[in-house]
Amino acid sequence: MGRKILFITTDQQRYDTLGVNGGRVASTPVVDGLAREGVRYTRCQPTSVVCMPSRASMLTGQYPSTHGAWMNGVALRVDAPSVAAALHDRGYATALVGKAHFEPFLDPFGRYVENALSNLGVPTVEQPWFDGRVGVHRGFDVLELATHGVLGPLHYARWLRHTHPEAVGGFYPVLDADLNVNAAGGGDTGAPQVRYNDVAREWYHTEWVAERTIAWLEGLDPNRDWFCWMSFPDPHHPWDPPAEAARRVDWRDVPLPENYPERREERERLLDAKARHWRLWYDGRVVSNYEAPAHWVPATLTADQVREVNALNAVEVELIDEAIGRVLAVVEARGWGEETDVVFTTDHGELQGDFGLLFKGPYHVDGLVRLPLVWRPARSAKVAPAVVTAPVSLVSLAATFLEIAGGERPAWAEGDALPRDDAATPSDAATVTEWDSDLFGVDVHVRTIVTRSHLYSEYGPGALHDGTEAELYDLADDPLQRVNLADDPGARARRAELHGRLAEHEVRPGERATPGRLVAPV
Amino acid sequence: MASVRFERRIDVPADRVWALVGDPTRITEWFPGVLEARVEGDRRTVRLATGVEMPERILVADGRTRHFAYRLESDLVRFHLGTIDVFELGPCDTLVVYATTAEPDTMALVIGGATDEALDAIARLGEGPGD
Repeated sequence: MGRKILFITTDQQRYDTLGVNGGRVASTPVVDGLAREGVRYTRCQPTSVVCMPSRASMLTGQYPSTHGAWMNGVALRVDAPSVAAALHDRGYATALVGKAHFEPFLDPFGRYVENALSNLGVPTVEQPWFDGRVGVHRGFDVLELATHGVLGPLHYARWLRHTHPEAVGGFYPVLDADLNVNAAGGGDTGAPQVRYNDVAREWYHTEWVAERTIAWLEGLDPNRDWFCWMSFPDPHHPWDPPAEAARRVDWRDVPLPENYPERREERERLLDAKARHWRLWYDGRVVSNYEAPAHWVPATLTADQVREVNALNAVEVELIDEAIGRVLAVVEARGWGEETDVVFTTDHGELQGDFGLLFKGPYHVDGLVRLPLVWRPARSAKVAPAVVTAPVSLVSLAATFLEIAGGERPAWAEGDALPRDDAATPSDAATVTEWDSDLFGVDVHVRTIVTRSHLYSEYGPGALHDGTEAELYDLADDPLQRVNLADDPGARARRAELHGRLAEHEVRPGERATPGRLVAPV
Repeated sequence: MASVRFERRIDVPADRVWALVGDPTRITEWFPGVLEARVEGDRRTVRLATGVEMPERILVADGRTRHFAYRLESDLVRFHLGTIDVFELGPCDTLVVYATTAEPDTMALVIGGATDEALDAIARLGEGPGD
């Protein structure tokens, strides 16, 4: 019998929302406990700050420019490499419960497996694999899927509509009548994507994901090795947690984020020091990507709206923490406590008021690119608790899972397994985040490298940039990334060095998939 | 309102491509996600892999000009017009053009993405063994 793997992801969760990472609003004793018992990473970076490319990187161990799903709305090719398939080959039972999003959501025809599966009434289907064989879809024996709302064809939405149709109207409508991300305000402050949802807590998707995970675990042979990706759709917007829990954090008591400049002049001065698309978006002159409401102007965001969003976000984070606790109790009760590795992370961050902004986009600062990552190795592995401060990336997860299962890093994986302590990381450790988008003629291209000391972004030629813009931040002197050193003569050598490292990333060896077609906005 | 258009050049006779495209029941062979198609007069109802049934109205199926036009009549769209034109460039050289105009704009992108894949299937079928 080998080690089991419980891989827990959330969606769009900031690093600083965990208590163990200094969070002051949400109470997260379960994940904090895992962190104290295991390895906590203080600078984990995604390969992309939107869902589909980032999740595809977790599954494939590849950067978006390698796996080809370069933006939301671009499907990961069905025969892409998959760590789940590699684990399946090693005899693991495999499941993904919750949000997958390797394939576009807006798919009314159901041409993608994720959207057809619930209607088909089967746990998975056979598909071509990366090595020419045919096997279960992306390596998962079972997929039970959910996303943020209750519309569409996924398992959770169909379940709720069928069993509790009266609860459907309580959820915030994620999209508006034009199928854009909804800008309608709600809650007490009129903040976008906010609602007090009268759904019963036990019918909310966080609970559903935990319960379906538990059901799958309880159906397993106790001697079977397993890999379970438990993927919560929260705390991604809409911020519409069950009303019975939503008031447990009073937004009026929530402090404003450290990086929320309260004075408008200060916000605008900081934005003007960055690449030009920051201010264009803030003023409502450009929406470069679908992930922010098309008809919402960030400059209208008020301090109270930031407080209310952050309060509801914290509630969602707490509900997830409590749900994880219930699942871990089942793992213990089934006798797997000593043999189970638990990895907790998210796909990308959320601005949540930083620089007066909400949501996400081509804005590679800590709010979006610094992620919570906790690995509690199986107790039987006797790994000493540690805090890793070196930069690490989600691209390392695939190799990590295979290492846990006794395998080696496969040739298709670009990331090495995660280090277990700082001593195991090179002094020049660095990670890269990519961004390529093209929304109705507005294209943006960004590459960002994070080292132990700096965060550097370069903007490629596109609709909003001429290819010369850059941002360079000293993470020690300027942890909030407010002082752009890109054009500072004193930082010229550092910029040149980081430019060189990004250039190396672009020409790294290995086979690249043909970039996929953009077939939907999300 | 937004429009998208995709095209493929296929090395087969135009009549062979039109046989696929012009017969409204054969959409199940080439449009992704369509499991079943029922045709009554100018009404076509397609059953999708999501379980949803989507009604359509066939506007034109003209074998002389090899022009097919239809509308989705679904809550998903406020307006939709799909057209497929099959042009004979040579005895074994055919251009297929699939255009989508829709409102909301987002649906043009979504439906257009599916039509792009549909053209791949039409090309595969057209270039495959004959009926």
